[in-house]
Amino acid sequence: MPRISVNGHEHEVHAEVGQSLADTLRDDLGLTGTKIACNEGHCGACTVLVDGIPTLSCITLVHAADGAKVTTIEGLRDHPMIQAFVSADALQCGFCTPGQIVSAVSLVAENAEPSSEEIRHAMSGNLCRCGAYPKIEEAIRTWRG
Amino acid sequence: MARLIRTEKEVEGRYEEVWLVVEEDALEQWPAGARSIVGRPATRIDGLERARGEAVFTADVKLPGMLHAAVLRSPHAHARVARIDLARALASPGVYAAIGPSDIPQLAEECGFQGEAVAAVCADTYAQAVAAVAEIEVEWAQLEVLLDADEAIKRGEQHGEPRVQARGDYERGLADADVVVEGEFRTQVVLHNSMETHQAVVQWIGETLEVYISTQYIWGIRDEVAKGIGLPPDKVRVVCHYMGGGFGAKNGADDYTFIAIELAKRTHRPVRCALTRREENLATGNRNATIQRLTIGAKSDGTLTALGGEYVNAVGWSGWTAPTEGPMQLLYACPNVKTTTWGAKINQPPMKAFRAPGFVEGTFGVESLLNELAAKLGVDPLELRRKNYAHSDPADERPFSGKSLMECYRRAEPHWERRHEVRARSTGRVKRGVGMASQIWYGGGGPPGYAWIRVSSDGRATVVTAMQDIGTGTKTAMAQIAAEELGVPLEHITVSLGDSARGPYAAISAGSSTTPSMGPAVRAAAADAKRQILEIAAQRYHLEERVLDLRDGKVVSADGNLSSSLEEVLGLLEDAQILGKGARGPNPTGMQVLTFGVQVAEVAVDVDTGEIWVERVAAVHDVGRVINPLGASSQIEGGIIQGIGHTLSEERLSDPKTGRILTTSLDAYKLPTFADVPEIVSELIDEPDSHLTNLGSKGLGEPPIVPTAAAIANAIRDATGANVRQLPISREEMLRALREAEARARDKEKRGAPAGV
Repeated sequence: MPRISVNGHEHEVHAEVGQSLADTLRDDLGLTGTKIACNEGHCGACTVLVDGIPTLSCITLVHAADGAKVTTIEGLRDHPMIQAFVSADALQCGFCTPGQIVSAVSLVAENAEPSSEEIRHAMSGNLCRCGAYPKIEEAIRTWRG
Repeated sequence: MARLIRTEKEVEGRYEEVWLVVEEDALEQWPAGARSIVGRPATRIDGLERARGEAVFTADVKLPGMLHAAVLRSPHAHARVARIDLARALASPGVYAAIGPSDIPQLAEECGFQGEAVAAVCADTYAQAVAAVAEIEVEWAQLEVLLDADEAIKRGEQHGEPRVQARGDYERGLADADVVVEGEFRTQVVLHNSMETHQAVVQWIGETLEVYISTQYIWGIRDEVAKGIGLPPDKVRVVCHYMGGGFGAKNGADDYTFIAIELAKRTHRPVRCALTRREENLATGNRNATIQRLTIGAKSDGTLTALGGEYVNAVGWSGWTAPTEGPMQLLYACPNVKTTTWGAKINQPPMKAFRAPGFVEGTFGVESLLNELAAKLGVDPLELRRKNYAHSDPADERPFSGKSLMECYRRAEPHWERRHEVRARSTGRVKRGVGMASQIWYGGGGPPGYAWIRVSSDGRATVVTAMQDIGTGTKTAMAQIAAEELGVPLEHITVSLGDSARGPYAAISAGSSTTPSMGPAVRAAAADAKRQILEIAAQRYHLEERVLDLRDGKVVSADGNLSSSLEEVLGLLEDAQILGKGARGPNPTGMQVLTFGVQVAEVAVDVDTGEIWVERVAAVHDVGRVINPLGASSQIEGGIIQGIGHTLSEERLSDPKTGRILTTSLDAYKLPTFADVPEIVSELIDEPDSHLTNLGSKGLGEPPIVPTAAAIANAIRDATGANVRQLPISREEMLRALREAEARARDKEKRGAPAGV
């Protein structure tokens, strides 16, 4: 039975072998801020931090996350990146946004002032069909206010 | 008094006559320019909940006892179900019900495309439902697969009659021309790929059916569902508070909603039916492929004498024939125009509206060929467009309600002038160039549409209307309009939308219509409430109403003696509320309401590999008054980025023999990513359309995607001399066009003419 820590809370997960971390978060723990848009690891909407590393939760088996510390968008609600996204209008429909923000938070944790090139590289795994990319870049450039 | 009138209603270029009850709409438009709230940048009023993941999308709706449906879809492009047996599926673990073609009309016996729904089951978990679907036994009788659109037209396999539109004498116009250019242009099938797939959760509560659905049209779903299952419309409640993108594909109820309804009826449980990404890319619609055979005739000074187009829309198994000919008909003041548009019925997934359907494809064709003409004549492409400017609707001479395209051209000049400097940055292998294209599209919105507003004694107000915000920021725009009219800060406005049981009828979010349709109704509702507040204040302070106004959250008198906060004035009412209501009036009669713009693209082309980079796009659009410049710039950027995908990377491929779809996942289908985004500069004319509603605003959801492909193709021509004529402009197409341009240059040289472009 996998034990995971999600946003600082310990959980013992009852899951069938083969269940994804994304389904566990959304269906079992009720953390629906993590979105599933393709469910096969192509779009980045389901990105969460697993031990600090941005991870596609839809193609991560929950059993493989045993013992891990998971941070979802719900665990980042007070991170300045949230307000930076709102201020820059870096979201349209908002469905990919939690995944974008998790990736962005991970980027600035390693590199507080990423260049445009570094932002584009780090964020290329997060698709946004509305095309909010320019404003997302602006949000990441100005995240500290 | 309410007046009953007959008026014309337009959505995405399709017109119908409707009866309309008009309530007096006596409000003067605000003067041009930014007001205290309208016309100034506002961040989204629902931005925080979307960013924090708190917004509950249809994908997040989880009802007690909810079952999950999975759908069996045809693996064949054309086949008939000879025998189907649901028994083993029904006996599978966790399964509650299974339905097939004999149960509801949305499940097909004869399937005309890969992905058409055949049967469905529901179970405790989605995994169980998927496992049960695999247990359904089907024997298929394969049928002939028809995939070639031209062949379909030849055989009479069409959606409706061909649409012929003609003015003047086309043949004579051609005969009068000094120069004639011709070309065959092809555009590909493009998939919407909203991040939230199509889905619905339904439940029966007594005699009422509740439908939670990711939709662009709450009221359309209500009516379609009610009609489909024989319920009075108000026995269907449709809810969509947050919506994960639509782009035109989510206007209808589709198979999944009716599947969920039937399964919920049989199981007495709520049922979710959500499509996977791969189902999404088969069964939920697309921008259809087109073949465009175009001719332009002109005098040597550039005056157009004839425009001709034969358009074949490869519509698919179902859908409608979008106005691919629209830009050729509407853009220029040419007296002799003839277009014919066919809709081919082939064994491919259905067409659905996709962000300016028809006009995106048609603009690529006509605006590309126009630049080929400019090159041939040696005329500046921008001057060519000015020369043939249409001051009224060129088809029927109706005046435009407002048109500032000439001003767009003027504002585009500095971007256009960059071409000399951009070209100079070319190297031997990487050629650079600049191209431009004009934009024309609808976007005037229309009636009916209603809003209520309630103002409480604390001076705060809630706008109530059952519209939807599909991600374009319309909820914020409504709040700005209400705040402006009421004279209160934006933070004092709440907007309640997304529920047909909790608000009046609101327009579809398609055809760039939400803001122009609903904004005037919201303003009218706020004005109604304001009038009542001033009446109350007049009595309270023994002043005449006409000397009173609401400004900055205060009731003020003209002489300055009274300045009381709204809270103070309304506080005496305690639990009482001021209720205002407003309706959308008609569009101006006898006028053509359109949106306009121009985009200038800069590209670099590697002539050895055919690789293309879009380096910069400048956009200038005219959509009347701009409510929220911040949200507007986001719409422009998003449209251009989608346009770049359409132009360079996106293409739904299918097997040419079997008709099976090859690109159903997001690794096979190439959406634009962060790395594909150029520098984007956006400008808006922001001049209210003086004839259109109490706002003078038009929609901006679609216009920015319209000219992007043509602007890029024209930049490629400017850079290389090559005439690309097919979307996407893959490396193969780029290299083909380069070889053709080289052959053309050699040919000219042989004949002793100078080798120009």
